[in-house]
Amino acid sequence: MFSYFIKRLLYALPIAIGVTVFVFSLVYMGGDPLDAVLPDDATAADVQEIKEIYGFDKPLPVQYIRWLGRAITGDFGTSIGTGLPVADELGRALVNTLILAICSALTGFPFAVFLGTLAGYNHGQRADKIVSGFAITGVSVPHYWLAIVMVIVFSVELNILPSLGMGPGGSEDWTLDWAHAKHLILPVIGGSIISMGIIARSMRAAVAEILNQEFVRALRSKGLSESRIAYHVMKNALPSILGVVGLEIGSLMGGSILIETIFSWPGAGFLLNEAIFRRDLPVLQGTILVLAMFFVILNLIVDISQTFVDKRIIRT
Amino acid sequence: MKNNSKNIAPTVLSVSDLKVKFVTPDYSVHAVNNVSFSLKRGEVLSVLGESGSGKSVTLSAIQRLLPKNITSVEGSIKINGEEILTMSARRLNQLRGGQIAMIFQEPATSFDPVFTVGQQITEGIRHHAGCSQSEADKKALELLDLVRIPSAKDRLHNYPFEMSGGMRQRAMIALALSCDPMILLADEPTTALDATVQIQILLLLKDIQKELGLSIIFVTHDIGVSIEIGDRIAVMYGGQIVETGNLAEVINDAKHPYTKGLLSSTIHANSSGKRLHAIPGSPPNLSNAPSNCSFSERCEFANETCKNTIPDNVKLGIERFSRCLRIGVWE
Repeated sequence: MFSYFIKRLLYALPIAIGVTVFVFSLVYMGGDPLDAVLPDDATAADVQEIKEIYGFDKPLPVQYIRWLGRAITGDFGTSIGTGLPVADELGRALVNTLILAICSALTGFPFAVFLGTLAGYNHGQRADKIVSGFAITGVSVPHYWLAIVMVIVFSVELNILPSLGMGPGGSEDWTLDWAHAKHLILPVIGGSIISMGIIARSMRAAVAEILNQEFVRALRSKGLSESRIAYHVMKNALPSILGVVGLEIGSLMGGSILIETIFSWPGAGFLLNEAIFRRDLPVLQGTILVLAMFFVILNLIVDISQTFVDKRIIRT
Repeated sequence: MKNNSKNIAPTVLSVSDLKVKFVTPDYSVHAVNNVSFSLKRGEVLSVLGESGSGKSVTLSAIQRLLPKNITSVEGSIKINGEEILTMSARRLNQLRGGQIAMIFQEPATSFDPVFTVGQQITEGIRHHAGCSQSEADKKALELLDLVRIPSAKDRLHNYPFEMSGGMRQRAMIALALSCDPMILLADEPTTALDATVQIQILLLLKDIQKELGLSIIFVTHDIGVSIEIGDRIAVMYGGQIVETGNLAEVINDAKHPYTKGLLSSTIHANSSGKRLHAIPGSPPNLSNAPSNCSFSERCEFANETCKNTIPDNVKLGIERFSRCLRIGVWE
């Protein structure tokens, strides 16, 4: 068991290194990194000076190692747009995105799991058809379109839910009260609708498949109650659902650009969007690096937690 | 002497006029048609038949394990005089595993893969006996010893995938025995195993049956196995029992052409020196309720009557029946 964890950790390492190389090379992907900061009339001496300040005069591997060393210690440089340390901006944004992601994961995901279970237990019947219909709609409807429609309906027409920012008056200090929670509702729905569809469908398929297996008949044959059998079914469905939920949490964290932009939610996606428009490379690098690492770690956690549920996974 | 004592033993299970029909929008199957039999305490009834003859469906019907939404079940199944088909789900769950336990064909798929074998045995014990986990653990250990699983203590913590096929089937037997059932339903328990392991499991079941005085219904398509284990035999064809009786009588003096055909198409103790014969044709289509002798299509002795009359059970002796219209004519 322990050796499996070590092995799995070692698998994650090359991926993590690959991510850092990719993120580092972002600097050079869009042409000369200094174009965005230097005024048009900068002299050659100015250019040289700036290059030295940012370390662009050194060979690439040296730049990479120095950048990596700083990144590991949490120093992602200074934002070109705001002049503030990237780590500070990013830290705040990540917390805000996490608030959204956690709210989605705690409300929408269990609901989706419940709906999927319901559909799986009633495979082919009316409940299944209704849930599957919703799930397919959830997956197929563009979530940014849905978000805009929700803004039109609930914010503009009905005027019952706010559409911008994290709290009243654009407050960014999030606290747990109704005034702030109101701001969460639309972004959470818009952000998690696709994930909910995917989770409900996976759960439905998993439950329906498990219920068809011989061992469920064997459990009935033992005289166990339906609730005890449901416990068996859930534990069997858990590994695959953990996998899907892990991926979907990852996509909530990373894929929130559109939703955060629509709702002006000052999170990582919003930051990323701003950084792209400003060509703010240090912010871009820091954000992508942290989100990608988050994804790698999340996958690691999912893989390891699956083995606690289903011991067969270790052997394969 | 042995048979005499069995004749006076009380009946623990009686099935009468059992009809099982599967109906979906696309097809319907009359899987079991007017099956009646009874099982006495301490008796082993072999149910012999080919795939699709309705033997496993009959077994599942006894525990009401058939999928509710597509199945219609008629007739009566009584355990100690208590009707199973109409009893409450609560009472049914007391009987399942408690009084009637089932051994499944595929030990590989009939254990839940994400629970240890020990957990799966003890949860049944706790459910039925309402005892503590440590008492259940103790009982599970005794059971694994009973089915001769070596180093039983470690095996309790094994997951099903960590065991061999034979070991899993032993564990399945232990699980079936865990709540001291009166009746064991064995659904081809040796079919999925290697030949050498088959015999071990068969002998084990026989020993345990004698030791505990169990009543067993042993379903198989293997005539050798059914001879090895049975006291009585019921031969199924097309969803009906076509012949039933004491094992020796049926084997030595088959009174139904299908039984006769089966015996002469298989290698067994009485077949040495004889030529093997295949039964021509294939099993009947069960999408309609029977309107004639279901074997008449393949029977070399069938006449016009056979092809449009449903044969009744002909009583040939004590609990000895044959469903043939031409008994005595064809022999």
